[in-house]
Order: sequence, then C-alpha cells, then structure tokens
Amino acid sequence: MDLTYLFLGIVFTYLIGAVLSVVLHRNDRFVTYASFISSFIASVLGIIFSFSVMFGDTFVIDIPGSSILQFGVSIDKLSAFFIMVISITSLAVSIYSIGYMTEYFGKKDIGYLGFLFNMFILSMILVVSASNAVMFIIVWELMSVISYFLVIYEHEKPETRKAGLIYIIMTHVGTGFIILSFLIMASASGSFDFGSFQGIGGQLSPALKDMAFLFALLGFGTKAGIVPLHIWLPYAHPAAPSNVSALMSGVMIKTAIYMMVRVFFEFLGADVLWWGILLLVVACISSLLGVMYALMEHDIKRLLAYHSVENIGIILIGLSVSMIFMSAGQPELAAFGLIAGLYHLINHAMFKSLLFMGAGSIIFSTHTRDIESLGGLIKKMPWTAFFFLIGSISISALPPFNGFVSEWLTFHAQLLSTNLSNNLVTVLVLGSGAALALTSALAAACFVKAFGISFLALPRTEHAMNAKEVPKTMLAGMGILSFMCILLGILAFHVAGILDSVSAPIVGTGIASTITSGLTIGTVPSFAGSISTTWIALLLILFMPLPIILLRSGITSKYETWGCGQPFSTARNEYTATAFSKPIRKWLGNIYRPHREIHATYANSHFFKTSFKFESHIEEVFEQYLYEPFIELTLAVSRSFRVIQTGSIHAYLAYIFAVLVILLISIITGGI
Amino acid sequence: MLVQFALFIFQLLVILALAPLLSGLIKKLKSFFQIRKGPPLFQSYHDLFKLMRKDSVVSENTSWLFNAAPVVSFASVLAAGLMVPIFTTALPFGFAGDLIAVVYLFALARFSIALAALDTGSSFGGMGASREMFISSLVEPAMILSIFAVAINVGTTNLASISTEVISQGMTALSPSHLLAFVAFFIITIAETGRLPVDNPATHLELTMVHEAMILEYSGKQLAVIELGVMVKQFLVFALLANIFFPWGISSGLDAGIAASIIAFSIKIAVLGLCMAIVESTTAKWRLFRLPDLMSISLMLAFLAVVFTIIMRGG
Repeated sequence: MDLTYLFLGIVFTYLIGAVLSVVLHRNDRFVTYASFISSFIASVLGIIFSFSVMFGDTFVIDIPGSSILQFGVSIDKLSAFFIMVISITSLAVSIYSIGYMTEYFGKKDIGYLGFLFNMFILSMILVVSASNAVMFIIVWELMSVISYFLVIYEHEKPETRKAGLIYIIMTHVGTGFIILSFLIMASASGSFDFGSFQGIGGQLSPALKDMAFLFALLGFGTKAGIVPLHIWLPYAHPAAPSNVSALMSGVMIKTAIYMMVRVFFEFLGADVLWWGILLLVVACISSLLGVMYALMEHDIKRLLAYHSVENIGIILIGLSVSMIFMSAGQPELAAFGLIAGLYHLINHAMFKSLLFMGAGSIIFSTHTRDIESLGGLIKKMPWTAFFFLIGSISISALPPFNGFVSEWLTFHAQLLSTNLSNNLVTVLVLGSGAALALTSALAAACFVKAFGISFLALPRTEHAMNAKEVPKTMLAGMGILSFMCILLGILAFHVAGILDSVSAPIVGTGIASTITSGLTIGTVPSFAGSISTTWIALLLILFMPLPIILLRSGITSKYETWGCGQPFSTARNEYTATAFSKPIRKWLGNIYRPHREIHATYANSHFFKTSFKFESHIEEVFEQYLYEPFIELTLAVSRSFRVIQTGSIHAYLAYIFAVLVILLISIITGGI
Repeated sequence: MLVQFALFIFQLLVILALAPLLSGLIKKLKSFFQIRKGPPLFQSYHDLFKLMRKDSVVSENTSWLFNAAPVVSFASVLAAGLMVPIFTTALPFGFAGDLIAVVYLFALARFSIALAALDTGSSFGGMGASREMFISSLVEPAMILSIFAVAINVGTTNLASISTEVISQGMTALSPSHLLAFVAFFIITIAETGRLPVDNPATHLELTMVHEAMILEYSGKQLAVIELGVMVKQFLVFALLANIFFPWGISSGLDAGIAASIIAFSIKIAVLGLCMAIVESTTAKWRLFRLPDLMSISLMLAFLAVVFTIIMRGG
C-alpha cells in the first residue's frame, strides 16, 4: 500500500512540476527552480520506489475499465530496473538543468521547456510501467510527441525543424510497426493486457510469430536507433537542448530495449534460433557503423549521437547472444548474456548522459559545437574537463570504470557460445567478438580525439579562449553521474548480483551464486574467467605513488613546445580532429567514401597563393542510397495519383458512386 | 598471507628488474645481425638511471594531464603485470584480471599517453596519437580473436589457469589451432611493442615514428618512467607469448621448482627475442596504410584458429 502512494507521489510530483512550469512561466528564474526541483524530488522518489520494488514483489495498480480500454500499471523487477535508470539520470539532469537553462533566460520560454521536461520523464516512467498494450501505445506516443516538441525547442533554426521532422516521421513509422506486432499478439490472446501476452509465442503459428518478432524489431529498433533505422539520432540529438539530449540518448532510447526484452523474451519466448542471429548481425553492424561515423564527426553532439548507435549495438550483442542461448535451451548462459546487456544499458545511460551534459557545458561557455574551434578548455573549465574525461574513459571501456565491466561481460557471453552444439553459430558468435573489439578500440580512438582536441593544448579560436567554467549546479549534475560511472565500475560484484535478480524471472534461472563471489565477478562454471575491478582499482591506486615519488624531486622548467628549432608553438600548428581521424578515414574509405576538394587562388604565379580552401567530407551512405530512393519512390507514386485528383466535386461524387456500386455488387454476389 | 605478500613483491621485482634486460637483449641480437657490436646488454639500465638524474623540461602548453599520464600508464602496466605469470603460476592477484583485463589495462596506458601527446599542442604529438590509436584499432580485433582461440582451447581466460591447463594437456595442446593462434599473437606482439615493420623503436624521423612521436615532449624523470613502463609492457607481452603458448617449465609456487622455471623462462624469452630480432632485421618499416594487410593476416589466422578448435571438438 505504501508503494502505491509512493508511485502516485512520483506521478503527481512530475505533474506538479509541469503545472508550476506553466503557471510561473513569466519569471525565468522561478520557473527554472520550480520545474527542475520538482523533477529532482520526483527522481529521488523514483529511486526509492525502484529499489523497494527491486528487492520486493511485483507492484500492480489496476484501474477498472472496459475490456479493450484497460489501464493499469504493473511494475516487476525489470520495470523497476528501468525506473531506476531513468530516475538516476533524470536526477542528475534536473540539477544540471537549473544552471543550464540560464542560457535561455530572456530568449526562450523556460516554462514551456519545464512543462515538457517533467512530462517527458513521467511518460518514460509510464512506458516502462504500463501493463496493457493500449495504455502502452498511448504513453509511448506521448513520450514520442513530447520529445519531438523538446527537439524543436529552438525552432527558429531551420535545421532544428528539419531534425524534428525526420524524428517525428521515423518515430511514427516505428510506432506503426509496434502496433502491428501488438495486434498479432492480441489476436491470439484475445486481450490487450500484457499479462495475457506472456508466453503468447506458443499459441501463434510460426509465421505469425516471426512476423510479430520482425515488426517489434523494426518498431522498437527505430526508437533504439539500430542501423539502418538510426538516421534520426544524429539530427535530433544535436538539435535538442543538451539537457534534453542527455535524457533522450541516455534513457529514452533504452525504453525500446526494455520492450525488446519484454517482447522477445517474455511474450515470444525467444525460442527461435535465427531471431538471435539476426539481432546479433544487426547489433554488430550498428556498433561498428555507429562508432565509425562518430569518428568522422566534428560536431560534438552528432559525435555523441553516433556513439549512442554504437552502444545500443553493444547492448544488443549481449541481448542477442542471450536469445541464442535461450533458443538452445541454456537459460543459465542466457542469464549471463542478458546481464551483460543490462549492465551495458545502465552504464551507457550514465556515461552518455554525462557526456551530453559535458557537451552542453562546452556549448554553454563557448557557443560552438565544432570541436575544431575548441582546445585548451582543460585550463578554462577544469571540472567540466575532469568529468568529461571520466565519461570518455568509461565509454572507451577502460578499467576500472563501468564500460569495461559490461564489455568484459559481453566478451565472456560470446565465449560461452562454445557450449552451443551448432558449430556454425558458435563460430559466428565468437567472430562477433572481433566486431566488439574493433568497436571498442575505435571508440577509444574517437574519445582521444573528442577529449584531446576540445580540451587539451591551446585554444584554437576566440570561442575557446574566452570560455569560463560553468555554474556549480551544472557541475553537480555531471559530478553525480561521474560518481555513478566509477561506482558501477568498482562495485561490479554487487551490481552483477542485482542485475541477476532482474534477469532471473525473465530467463527463468538465476546465476547469482556463480557470477559474483567476494569482490570478483566471474562467468558460469562451465567457463572460467574472473575479474575484480575493485582490486584493479586498488592496485592502480597502490602503484600511483611509486612513479609520483620518482617524479617529485628535481627541477622542472617550462619551455615552449619543440617546433623543429622554429618558434611555432601556436594553436595553428596543432593537430586537428580531421587530421587525427585521417588514417582511419583512409583505411575505411570503402565505407566512408570520402571526397575532398582543394581550391586555391593564386596571385601572378602559382607560387603565391592568395587563398586556400580545403574541404573534406564523407558520404551519408544510408540517406543517399536507402532513404532518398525511397522518398523519391513515394513522391513518384503520390504524383501518379494526382491524375485522379481533379479537384472537381462532380468527379469525387462519381468516385463515391462507383465505389458504392462495386461494394453492392460484391455483397450481392457474396464475393467478400 | 605472508606467502601471498612475498609472491606479490617477487612478481613486482621480477617485472621491474628484468624488463630493461629484455630491451637490451633484443638490441644486442639486432646488432649481431647487423654485424656490429651494439650497446652493452645492460645499457637500458644505464639510460634509465641517467634519465632519472636529469631535470625535466615541460611544454608550457600542457595541463595536469601531461604530468598524470606517465603515472597512470605506469600504474596500469604494473597492475597488468600482477596478472601475468612469469616464473610461477601462483599469482596473488590472478583472480583480479584475466587476459582481457590485461589487454584493456594496456589500452588504459595507451589512452593516457595518447592524450598527453595531444596536450603539448605539437603536431608530432597529434600525429603519433592518431597513428597509435589507428594501429590499436587494427590490433584489437585480432588480439581478441586470438585470445578467444586460446581460451576456448583451454576453457578459461585467467592467465595462470591457461598455463596450468596447457601443461596438463601435454603435447596434445600443440594443436594446429594453438600454433595458428601463436602466430597471430606474435604478429600482434610486433604491433603492441612497437617494433618493425609496424613502428621503429630506434627512429627519430617524423615520417616514420609512432610511439616516439607521442612522447617527444617528455624529458628527464618523466621520460624515464614512460620508458620503463614501455619496457615492462614489452616484457609482459613477451611473457604472455611464452607462458600462454609454451608454459612448460613454469613452477606452481615459490618453491624449489622456481630455479628450473627461471631457466626455462629465460630460454623461452631468449628464443622469442631472437625471433623478434630476426623479424626486425629482415623487414623494413612498412607504410602506415599497408598495416591493415598485416593485421588482417593476424586476424585471419586467429579466426582460423577459432574455426579449427570448433571443428576439432566435433558435434
């Protein structure tokens, strides 16, 4: 009973935040505090609530309704886990927003954003709590539409409007597929209640089951951003204000993963081998292409958006390997794969939101998203730099931080495939390890670039030169998530145990006794391998004093960077992001299809250049070869329909009459 | 507890003391092939002591990260060193990290040095960091696949267990897949330790250098710490090569077997060092953009090793 009040408390606090935002919208400062403190309180309540459900029983609220329009909330451990991820992230982002929104004071209506912000988080919480397909679709749409309005918050910019359009189209195509998938399942269960969908896979014919899977994959895959349905991410995330992109990339795309787990495992049973294989292939392609495109980006927010594609891929590798194990009837191994996926999910929520907030801080104080015009920010914004560095290390999967733990688990989930009897599948899963390794190495390269070019060395432009550290509230928001990144890394043994309790009801068996022991996490007994990030962290701290003592004595003098004997220590001589990624651009030229143009104008002879322009860009392969032909085809088809759209009312009356006659004839002859 | 502590100290001393010797040995062997006398075997120690006595000159463009990078990279290499069996498989911290963790600790060292290279604002640093991260992207997939090949053969990724398991399999462990994985790993070792044809440790020519370009701005004590870290890493990668693929002779504790183990290890390392010297003496530096070919060879060999193991198990 207490939990009911707590849950309603969460819902009403968000609603109060939304209402206050509207009421107080005339005073920028009041409305900022009102809306973000409300969402902060609601997030705290959300964390308490999710923990009590995660260590307790499933929480249910039934709201009586008609047989079709039933509303209700059912929160099991999986839902609680997602509410926890949403709440931790929104807690940090709420604090961050208090400082971040001062940027918009006097320029935009803060109340409008505050209203949407509160409603957005509320809708995400309801998405993972809905116990009914109809209610789910309603809150899912609510979430999509609210996030659309958040994306177009700066709608005076044309590129923002374009981003919003691409996003709203893609997300609705996705919702269409989700509805199809639900209808297939509802037709078998006779109800829209998620409870009745449980194990519905057994009642569906194989063809319908496969269709339900594919529609769900397409529908939720669009929201998650798997390749080739990812094209909206690099538009929508940069267009939205940074606190919103932190929430969208950090948590919103995860709600799709939540439903994938529900649909693939709980509803459809995950007992078809090729589902897992298809998902694995899609996941590998997403992670590789995501990071490859990220490497070529100089817009810090587009770069991070592409990394979301990559990390969704990594999460799905864990999930798909788990599905392969499920179809082979090995629930213990499936539990391991699922834990790997869920672990990376919470990690990605933490470090990606952190990095987006870091990017927001950069934009806040430099007003540019182009890392080529940054540099030297580590001296101007030391704390932002420090937190961004923690995020970079985490996303590059370096020990002892959290990204490493989940990638380690994913590698071991892949290794466990030796327990499968199908040789071909085993080789495929093991081969996907190479894809994951390449992904993580490229991610490290990308974050050396992203951090190194924007924060280190000398400022390249006035923007970076005049940068100042951001307000304390913004730093606090980033600090919380940095702390979480470290915590999730060094307390891996504890987190893995919690995740096991989440995955156990889904796969039907718990592996808590084998996955953790003491401070160590390890794989299931059939395959030995263990790490202890706690000890790795302790050892690193233990060894640090040794070189520090060695380095401490003696004189250190400052001098300019060596420039082959010439005084050239200026920012113009620094390596650029374009140059940094050049070897990879050349190596993967077949994927990027780079082309560059050099324009030079000369005075008198070709020895004296007056101006020099260099352009280098890569092709947007998916937009150019997949979406544009499709759009053109759609337009061509609709143009051909113009023939019958004469605009004359007589013609339309004739059409109606003709249809009526055809229908009457078909009814009389019993054709239908 | 005391034994564990003794083993811990022993392992640390071994890797710190012997790492420069290996560098000296390879230099000496290379000189032999070039028909010259070369520097003395213990020259690396002298170099390190010399650097330790010198003051540092630091670029005025740098931030705290430039000073932190040598510390972090050194600490991560040492931490990795506690998980790699050298003379004995009794590792007090063997549980704390497996082969994958060792690889990622090396990656942490690389990450910090690459950032420090960018911190100086020098084009050399940027060039070196860019190339280093490019090469590491090429290496990583082959590395993980060859780790997979070894791991599925013996059923574990913890290094001490790999060694004991390979020994217990006896000569049957030397299967085609084991040898293929060894060759794949040897190619990776060339890249990981920055040797020809991937990188030239002896060069200071801006067009060819990778690692040297990254640490160009370091001097004095900081350089000594970095150099020692690099030597330790090289030693560890060689030890991996020796004790994963040919662990015979390694002792299982700090007992009488240790003497035999030291001799066996010295022979293994000397042979591997000789192989490396031969490779370095007979190849020229490759163009950076030919390296994907070399690494694809390694990747394919590792993949074949995986496939072999899976086929050999039947089913």
